[in-house]
Amino acid sequence: MAGEKKQGLQLLDFWVSPFGQRCRIALDEKGLSYEYLEQDLANKSELLLRANPVHKKIPVLLHAGRPVCESLIIVQYLDEAFPATPALLPAGDPYARAQARFWADYVDKKLYDCGTRLWKLKGDGHAQARTEMVEILRTLEGALGEGRFFGGEAFGFVDVALVPFTSWFLTYERFGDLSVEKECPKLAAWAKRCAERPSVAKNLYPPEKVYEFICGLKKRFGIE
Amino acid sequence: MSSSPPVKLIGHFASPFVHRAAAALRLKGVPYEFIQEDLENKSELMLANNPIHKKVPVLLHGDRAVCESLVIVEYVDEAFDGPPLLPADPYDRAMARFWAHFMDTKFSQPFWLAYWSEGEAQKAVVKETKENLALLEAQLNGKRFFGGDTPGYLDIAACVLGPWIGVLEEVTGVTLVNGNEFPALCQWAKEYSSSEALEPCHPDRDRLVAYFTENKEKYKMMAKTMLQQ
Repeated sequence: MAGEKKQGLQLLDFWVSPFGQRCRIALDEKGLSYEYLEQDLANKSELLLRANPVHKKIPVLLHAGRPVCESLIIVQYLDEAFPATPALLPAGDPYARAQARFWADYVDKKLYDCGTRLWKLKGDGHAQARTEMVEILRTLEGALGEGRFFGGEAFGFVDVALVPFTSWFLTYERFGDLSVEKECPKLAAWAKRCAERPSVAKNLYPPEKVYEFICGLKKRFGIE
Repeated sequence: MSSSPPVKLIGHFASPFVHRAAAALRLKGVPYEFIQEDLENKSELMLANNPIHKKVPVLLHGDRAVCESLVIVEYVDEAFDGPPLLPADPYDRAMARFWAHFMDTKFSQPFWLAYWSEGEAQKAVVKETKENLALLEAQLNGKRFFGGDTPGYLDIAACVLGPWIGVLEEVTGVTLVNGNEFPALCQWAKEYSSSEALEPCHPDRDRLVAYFTENKEKYKMMAKTMLQQ
């Protein structure tokens, strides 16, 4: 399509990756058209290895052929390279921006790793992961406060950082024997609110599909 | 000009993460009060202002608290006037952020382990660290600083390669950043460590040597535990 070539945006990604989904959601929120290029992570392409030689990971955004790596860096780049599009980081408020960066970083540092331990480990490791997961979710609910979104009234940077993981809540619930609705009703309500946005509805996979994917991984790694 | 609320930095003299925050304030010309934290006995002030991670650095700007060193650096860049720390071009900004993130993720653990571990395990982390150092060496690409002619965001993020390298070498006897393999990084370390603008927030070398020597056995034990996982 003419739009993609003009802006020259391509996204190297993997369908179920919550990190990739951050970028897809950000691009859609900004009304930016792009070419989606699904990657085979078991057999990495020359394009991916050339675009991200340091980490060899997705997502990678290519803008007129130049690679930007790391999902939150990509989202900030989109804000800065396309200033005429709706801003995801709150404009003109350094403290609000610092808060947003802090909480997005918190999601990065804590959630994915804990979730992985929750479905991979047994015994003490699993129990520890479950306790941590509840704490992480409660902490995030605390950060949400009374706002509609993490940034307040507007869907923004932290919402983009966290919302892909809402498809993983079911997986965490089943492997952790917990209920997000019970533990964090405000967070659960926020997830539903986000799901009404076209960018989110379009780019997230049904939770059952994510659960199915994880079960497949467990089988493949021989984890029972 | 309206007077800005007072700025305080809760930190520890030996921490390169704390140094990042101090360096950002210095380069922007922001006066601040440094509050040394006893990490063995964490203060109410620090815990109240960083309840999530309970770590230094913590920047207090009036009644605002900002945590996480790179978040602090960007906040300082945006909240105060003064020379910009991040480059102007969005792609250059993304690259600076990428390499700062690299310092804290891929680079960090093998780097520390290379100094404090032993035997076969040490050989592996030394090899990995040298590969990572080569990537950083390439990023300098003939420039005086990562930021160009003057130190900027990425120089601050990479500060551990400045004042800390000589100290770590002296305390552990391990040399990683040698002039043969990494001439640009060695030159950068000299430039960074002798920068007039940053001189006030560089750690005192003798004090740093004493601190690392005092904690040597503890770090060696931690390295052993990390490698066993």
